[in-house]
Amino acid sequence: MMLTAYGRWTEVARRDFKLALLTLALLAAVIFAFPGYAAPRNLAGVLDDTAILIMLALGQMLVILVRGIDLSMAANLALCGMLAALFNRAYPAAGVLPVLLLTLFAGGLLGAFNGLLVWKLRLPPIVVTLGTMSVYRGVIYLLSRGAWVNENEMTRDFLEFTRAQFLGLTTLAWAALIIAAAFIVALRYSRAARNLYAAGGNPEAAAYSGVDPGRMQFMAYVVAGAIAGVCGYLWVARFAVAYTDIALGFELQVIAACLIGGVAIAGGVGSALGVVIGCLFLGVIRSSLPLVGISAFWQMFINGVVILAAVLLSARQRLGTRAILEAPRT
Amino acid sequence: MTAQLLKRWESVLAVVLVLEFVLFASVSPYFLSVETLSDATFNFTERALVALPLALLIIAGEIDISVAAIIALSSVAMGLAAEAGVGTAGIAATGLGTGLLAGCVNGALVTLGRVPSIVATIGTMTLFRGIAYAVLGDRVLKNYPESFAMFGQGYAFGPVSIELALFAVLAVVFGLFLHRTRWGRAIYAIGANPVASEFARIRVNRYRFLLFALTGVASGLAAVLLTSRLGSTRPSIAQGWELEIISMVILGGVSVWGGKGSILGVVLAALVFGLVTFGLGLMNIPGIVMSIFTGSLLILVVALPALVQRR
Repeated sequence: MMLTAYGRWTEVARRDFKLALLTLALLAAVIFAFPGYAAPRNLAGVLDDTAILIMLALGQMLVILVRGIDLSMAANLALCGMLAALFNRAYPAAGVLPVLLLTLFAGGLLGAFNGLLVWKLRLPPIVVTLGTMSVYRGVIYLLSRGAWVNENEMTRDFLEFTRAQFLGLTTLAWAALIIAAAFIVALRYSRAARNLYAAGGNPEAAAYSGVDPGRMQFMAYVVAGAIAGVCGYLWVARFAVAYTDIALGFELQVIAACLIGGVAIAGGVGSALGVVIGCLFLGVIRSSLPLVGISAFWQMFINGVVILAAVLLSARQRLGTRAILEAPRT
Repeated sequence: MTAQLLKRWESVLAVVLVLEFVLFASVSPYFLSVETLSDATFNFTERALVALPLALLIIAGEIDISVAAIIALSSVAMGLAAEAGVGTAGIAATGLGTGLLAGCVNGALVTLGRVPSIVATIGTMTLFRGIAYAVLGDRVLKNYPESFAMFGQGYAFGPVSIELALFAVLAVVFGLFLHRTRWGRAIYAIGANPVASEFARIRVNRYRFLLFALTGVASGLAAVLLTSRLGSTRPSIAQGWELEIISMVILGGVSVWGGKGSILGVVLAALVFGLVTFGLGLMNIPGIVMSIFTGSLLILVVALPALVQRR
């Protein structure tokens, strides 16, 4: 058990290293062609642009590690973002802290709903989250009655929180860095994380050693949901608008970042560092497209090529042969 | 046992369908007219066309999330063909061909590339839709010849649209293929146990490839009908349809675990789905609220057997 775990770690570490080299090479190429790109302010901007993707991808990674998938993440984000905006409009004097707590709690609750269905009823994650994705989007419409909440209806501190700078980086960038660091440390050293990997790598064996794989799935969904919830507030504050369709389709970019970061869709394999590097890789591509003179319309095409390249290269390493994600049967 | 359960599920769908008729007929006096019902079919036939081969694919234990992106790609290809002055038949052939090609890409990724189908089609979904956006940007293509409108707006006979007639014929063909032929049985076998099927000398990968190609062609056909009906192409065409199409299939009683499902169920589910959308439209309920209903229904459908089995 330890041996395979050890073997897998080094394999994953090697992949992370290669991806990091690739990202650095890309960065170097962009800087070589456009020296202005290396300006600290620009790099900080790239990090700021990628921050929400990083946080969401880390949450999604937990879910994929335990053989799940969360397609409802962007809908959860949009719903909690709308909640945050409506709360702020109703109680402008309350400040940012209650908003953060509200979105954390609401997002966690939405995630827990996914998790309960997957855990207790053993429903296929892809169907459950496909369903909750449309339900959550519909609820936003009911909450907002289809109206937008615009910048002028948001308080100053609500908007400024994400943009405040500390040591040259925005709160948003710091949040991503801190969460990334916490994930890297916790996934490597905590017992809960080891159980998570065990539950995803081999649910039957995990069950025999006293880990309930379903419960680990539930926890992963709750964490992913809570992250999506808080990101909802951050998104709404950053773009200064809340409406039904914000972050529409963003869940696929998040999953793409995970796949590029080396998370195996069959579960049990993946590292937080890899996911963060995968997000940065996408972030560098996205931010350099306008420099090369390629229209933003090409972004999606490039994402598709990158995803396919990543999954084709890692196809040989995959463990299972599952085509549709299923709940572990114990 | 399973056959009985399936039959029971199909009867549930039939009852729901009747209830819908009664409900909408009592809400709106215009509902039960031939014109209204004929109009209502435009709501779902294009999606239902894709649901048929997708049902086969899901029964075989695979999935294709890229269907809506294939529709967009085919539509863009047709728009470009129309701009180049190709005739109506050529435009339709372009749409079908693009769909076939895209389906073959999916099939090759899954069989030759050994990529799990959900990941492969998330990738190609991004790629195909990405090509549509890259080629078109914010342009709109609408130089379609007048005769091209026939596919999506024409009527085969009386109030029966060409779309509906096409769907009815294909539903029968798919039903016979899946339930009455050796190949159909092989699809169930592959979904139930691909390894055992391989030992039974079923060429599993060949079936997978062909099913992906078939789903691609059907998406191309849906693109022909949709583009012809709308008369224009934007890269965002058929956005989000993959979810509605997958919902139709699962609502029809096809098991996401593979190996179970029937065409009759999928057809009934498509009717239920289409009527709900249309009826709620009659009642001025916005589509996004509908999505709450669809989503809950989807979860409920997969949860019901699980709840029953627990007893």
